[in-house]
Amino acid sequence: MAFTKLAEAFGEDAIRVLAVALDREHAVALSGDLLVASGRVTPEYVDQMVEVLDTHGPYFVISPGIALAHAKPSETVISTGLSLVTLAEPVVFGNAANDPVRLVIGFCAVDHDSHIELLAELSNLLSDVQTVNSLLNAVDTEHIRELF
Amino acid sequence: MKIIAVCGMGIGTSVLLKMNAEKVLSQLGIDATVEATDMKTARESRDAQVILTTPDLAQLLTGLPSEVITIEHFFDLEELTKKLSASLL
Repeated sequence: MAFTKLAEAFGEDAIRVLAVALDREHAVALSGDLLVASGRVTPEYVDQMVEVLDTHGPYFVISPGIALAHAKPSETVISTGLSLVTLAEPVVFGNAANDPVRLVIGFCAVDHDSHIELLAELSNLLSDVQTVNSLLNAVDTEHIRELF
Repeated sequence: MKIIAVCGMGIGTSVLLKMNAEKVLSQLGIDATVEATDMKTARESRDAQVILTTPDLAQLLTGLPSEVITIEHFFDLEELTKKLSASLL
């Protein structure tokens, strides 16, 4: 439990393993649905996450196999949070350096700066190759929570 | 020196980039401030020496006075170190 802010940021229903995504929009929406399920955003936020992909492209695939999907702070965000979904089959996002995606982190923030420490913990978590492998190979959500 | 880390909305990807860039700049002994910002603000920015962003977004940030450095793997401090030192040292 080294990552206390991460542990708080993932609500009860915010993690899903081995989900099936038909395409990149679906993969982003799956991570958004988990933010809705855990009470962090309204369903409109999920549409905004997919719009970001359509508007700016797949720039948010930030590391090999890992996407950080989010929209901007707005009235559709109830509280700052994270979600995580691993994909049963990798999905091509169109990001030359980091395709295909196997892990989508969903993110929502109430403002521009109150989540910096949370993202610092996320950065530390995802910088560790062994941890990323454990995330990717987890067969149930408890295996993932054990990493926080 | 001012560096801006740019992503679509300035709250997620760019914040991660800013944090790792600050780590590397401090290791290199380069005195710089790094601000995380969104695309719109970046397009209007004229005072940043360097723009750090992804290859996808760099294509939309042309014609600015800043040097644009693209980062592919955000958690790879070696890539950041190589590219920042090539540009700034």
